[in-house]
Amino acid sequence: MSRMAATRDGYGQGLLNISDDERVVVLEADLGKSTKSLHFRKQFPERTVSCGIGEQNMMLVAAGLAASGYKPFASTFAIFTERAFEQIRNGVARPNLPVHICGSHGGTHTGTDGGSAQSIEDLAIYRTLPNMTVMHPCDDVSAAELTRQCLDLAGPSYMRTARNKTRVLHENRIDDIKIGKGIVLRDGSDVCIIACGVLVDKALEAAEKLAGDGIDAGVVDMHTLKPLDGDLINRMAASTGCIVSAEDHSIIGGLGGAIAEHLSSNHPIPLERVGVNDRFGESGQAEEMLDLLGLNTGDIIEAAHRAISRKSN
Amino acid sequence: MMATTSADIANLEAIATRCRAHILRMTHRAAAGHPGGSLSEIDILVALYFSRLNVDPDKPKLEERDRFILSKGHASPGMYAVLAEKGFITEEDLSSYRVLGGVCQGHVDMKWTPGIDFSAGSLGMGLSFGMGTAIAARLDGSERSTWVMIGDGEMQEGSIWEAAMAAAHHELGNLTVFVDKNNIQNDDFVEVQMRMFDIPAKWAGFGWAVRECDGHDMQQILDAIAWADSITDRPAVIIANTIKGKGISYMENNPAFHGAAPNDEQLGIGLAELGLFEVGA
Repeated sequence: MSRMAATRDGYGQGLLNISDDERVVVLEADLGKSTKSLHFRKQFPERTVSCGIGEQNMMLVAAGLAASGYKPFASTFAIFTERAFEQIRNGVARPNLPVHICGSHGGTHTGTDGGSAQSIEDLAIYRTLPNMTVMHPCDDVSAAELTRQCLDLAGPSYMRTARNKTRVLHENRIDDIKIGKGIVLRDGSDVCIIACGVLVDKALEAAEKLAGDGIDAGVVDMHTLKPLDGDLINRMAASTGCIVSAEDHSIIGGLGGAIAEHLSSNHPIPLERVGVNDRFGESGQAEEMLDLLGLNTGDIIEAAHRAISRKSN
Repeated sequence: MMATTSADIANLEAIATRCRAHILRMTHRAAAGHPGGSLSEIDILVALYFSRLNVDPDKPKLEERDRFILSKGHASPGMYAVLAEKGFITEEDLSSYRVLGGVCQGHVDMKWTPGIDFSAGSLGMGLSFGMGTAIAARLDGSERSTWVMIGDGEMQEGSIWEAAMAAAHHELGNLTVFVDKNNIQNDDFVEVQMRMFDIPAKWAGFGWAVRECDGHDMQQILDAIAWADSITDRPAVIIANTIKGKGISYMENNPAFHGAAPNDEQLGIGLAELGLFEVGA
């Protein structure tokens, strides 16, 4: 049985892993227990700034710290980062300040809080900002490692983490985890499933089941949506001839959107997008949400069949 | 470093007059911009830059510099005028205001202009950023201070009050806000657009040390700055009562000149009122 963990725990561990760097400061908006920055706060209260329930202020306090040489890591729920979008746009991204934002509880997988808490658009909106790196890791190992690598970025970043535990996929593979580089989890020749976040594990499940039907499906963990690993997509496109994207996010503007933009300019082949089909979520358990919104293993399998059938032979 | 003699005051006033002329010329040349709020803020900016702030035009990014954040970033002509007088930029640079590729962008921008500490232009952001630089100074164990200027209309942005609450919570005694209370915003008088009621009581209620001053009386401004420096256990706010368009008769207290430039004739009148004349005008 594989270890189970939530990416938000990876973020919390990641902050501890970089705590020796005294430039690291953590900002909270009353959700540190949820985003898991609380572990850092408990050990380093003097380098943790409580901003109360005030996300707009938090993003710009972080900008002021970054402009003074610090490395601020600000977290809240993904949905509440969006409340501060213009602060992030004008006060963080435009001056290109290394503020690292973590939006936890992203996606419909977050579950029973319902549609108000399920950000399905965060990856899309942050991807539109110049200078911004956008990430959505699939397990705690990669979340912690990507958090560490934020220290090397000259500009800002946004990382979505998830509330609920999923299978850990990158145990002992830290060397393969690099911002901007997708990770090939499985090679395939018939179709490539490119996924992020909680759907990476579902993509692996789908590939295993497809193998039973005689279909050879590859799987890529595309934890970085921006900058997108276009070289890897080109390679997968050339070797399989069709692609499926899979994300717990709107089909508009997220990973599927990014891949569509890339393919249409570089390698026009069939693409099937698995994602939230332009609607809001509702209350339900994580698995129930994936079933309801067409994001589960079976949906990825169907999308793979559709993509393969569209290939011109 | 605090100016106290009448000669020092006269010198500051002379710099402010030159800055007013820069403001008129910049907005006239660009046929756009925000002269009204630049003229209301300018005496305070001059007092800060020429008597208080530890800044070095030759080292605009000096880590130990005091920070000044013009949160009302559209009132950039006033800022650029002071930066030119101080030597961060040249007088020639002032003609690049609102011009493609120019050092002087429409709204103040830390990536374009030496001496600008924050890219503003969207109201309600500078105080939060200033809170960040104030916390950074405290973490560094540094004596450097942060000064933020906001407008009175700007206080209608809810984010100002998020920041006000947080800065008081964190007891940022190294942070001072100047409110340029000129009573006019874009569309009309503040009183018409959104009544502010008791502004000093609002700040006091949020935990700030509060003082008022005449924002065009150099001695009162200097006294208020010294008072703010004496407050070290909490943030301080100076509500400066100002006149929008101060110094130019047809602009004074006139909402039309929030965001409108003087034409040729108005430029000549304005410069004459300042005791200056445009060569060839």
